[in-house]
Amino acid sequence: MSKKSFYPVLPVLAAAVLALAGCAQGGAPASSASAPVTQNAAALTISEPWVKAADSGMSAAFGTIRNTTDKEVTIVSASTPASPMVELHETVMDANGTMQMQAKQGGFVIPAKGELTLEPGGNHIMLMGLTKPALAGDEISFELKTSDGGTVDFTARGKDFTGANENYTAGESTPSGHDSSHDSMDHSHSESATPAPSK
Amino acid sequence: MSAETEDPDQPETGVRRRNLLFGGAAAGLGALAAAGTQLAGSGTVTATPAGALDANGSETVPFFGARQAGIGTDAQAHGVFIALDLRPGTTAQRIKALLKLLSDDAANLTQGKAALADTEGELALRPARLTVTFGFGPALVDAVAPRRRPSWLTDLPAFSVDRLVPEFSGGDLLLQICADDPLTVAHAQRMLLKDSRSFTTLRWVQTGFRRAYGTEKPGTTMRNLFGQVDGTTNPSPGTGSFEKVVYGNAQTQPWIENGTSLVIRRISMNLDKWDELDRPGREESVGRKLTNGAPLTGNNEHDEPDFTALNPVGFPIIAEFSHLHRARPEDQTQRIFRRAFNYDAAPASGAVSDSGLIFASYQADVKRQYVPIQRRLDELDLLNEWTTPVGSAVFAIPPGCEPGGFVGEQLFAA
Repeated sequence: MSKKSFYPVLPVLAAAVLALAGCAQGGAPASSASAPVTQNAAALTISEPWVKAADSGMSAAFGTIRNTTDKEVTIVSASTPASPMVELHETVMDANGTMQMQAKQGGFVIPAKGELTLEPGGNHIMLMGLTKPALAGDEISFELKTSDGGTVDFTARGKDFTGANENYTAGESTPSGHDSSHDSMDHSHSESATPAPSK
Repeated sequence: MSAETEDPDQPETGVRRRNLLFGGAAAGLGALAAAGTQLAGSGTVTATPAGALDANGSETVPFFGARQAGIGTDAQAHGVFIALDLRPGTTAQRIKALLKLLSDDAANLTQGKAALADTEGELALRPARLTVTFGFGPALVDAVAPRRRPSWLTDLPAFSVDRLVPEFSGGDLLLQICADDPLTVAHAQRMLLKDSRSFTTLRWVQTGFRRAYGTEKPGTTMRNLFGQVDGTTNPSPGTGSFEKVVYGNAQTQPWIENGTSLVIRRISMNLDKWDELDRPGREESVGRKLTNGAPLTGNNEHDEPDFTALNPVGFPIIAEFSHLHRARPEDQTQRIFRRAFNYDAAPASGAVSDSGLIFASYQADVKRQYVPIQRRLDELDLLNEWTTPVGSAVFAIPPGCEPGGFVGEQLFAA
């Protein structure tokens, strides 16, 4: 990696504005980690899917979603047995210059023959409340729903990962998860995505 | 700003200029976004890691196969051996999850791809013949398949020369990481340890080296820090002798097909005491010439030693107490395959060196092949005057795996 990409990050980290180190994920293409993908309507493939391991609370899933069709595909929701409520999130800068994640309005749009990278510090699938610990090495199944009614299943592997600590802004979000059990959620504005690491 | 001078080769970019001029948080964030774009872009480069510009950085050793890589592979310039201990109560299922994670990391990294959730994925793009080899200690095999545990998978018998310290002995899971580039090794080490930490604790790390890539012709016998040519009689990978020694035959059955064993001995070499020995004494202690490793009775490294040849006063030219004589077995099943690395650690206060050899010995059966040799050396070997074993560990090396599988999967088969 050249210093060019390294250098500008430093003042930001020094200012402790946020920890976005996770965005440096290499994002290699499909390998043995590729998930088996079953699909009907939507011709999407998911490579290198993974979930940040966490004992409780929130976590997130990442990977690269490719659209193999000639038409734009929109992912409108995601679900997993690991969390009753799941949201599609983007990470944006707020008025104070702080990176915040928020629900992606309209879902994830993947252009024809294009791809969408879900990665720490960027777009991701947010698990709003784990029903049980997501351990490193666990295989966690997901289902994506597309706007045309299709579904895509994949299995993501739990990984120990200390990044992906973006702030979370609830509020104008439009939860896309199923059976949104709001009673299991008690997050408020700017709640950390994961339990604060003991420092 | 120092970063400006640190990187003179870097062309000025808009991002940097803006950052230098304003330097505030907003500019920093803009720069961050730009950095993110660059990184995301570089991720796609991983699809074609093979670059024509580097000498050997793109060279890869296959990970998948019937046998694990890193044994018959020509020894790389750098090697690190890491022993991990399973956290108490780690179940077979969790061990399986760990081995899957680590196998997946190794499969990616060795082929020049970022590992899953690799935060420094760019470092993976130059594999430089990276290999990752896994070994299982007694506790791991017992936790998964106790009936599969070979009888030799235990501490070696105590030898009188041993001065073992726990910091370099034992372990439940071994990671042997080798490559021709130390940065590649360090990154692989970090990645594998990150994925191990919720399952294991670090027991010891031994970092070693040989000549750098390109310094010598591949296949040249290594030299140790005594200056000796070390490992002349090693069987060559690809030969029937290597096959028999490492993967066994009827007399020396491996614990599992395409599996073998690894004995790691940390041999401290007393360079200060060695300094006191003159050249003839040094050559006599081993029985070989320092210039090219030839036996004292020959001219070339691979000449057969003549143990019957006498000097003018009637003593054997290759002394009976020499390392060469003592290590050489009469029973040809007592052979091993060595894949050693030198170490040169930070010396203790007042000393000038802490050097030695990470002696890594592969053989199908530790008891029948390694132990008899070490017994003879323990009883008599002039080289013991200058060398002291300070670490010792034995691991069962499982077979390799195919895509979709993981190293050690045979232990989980019903």
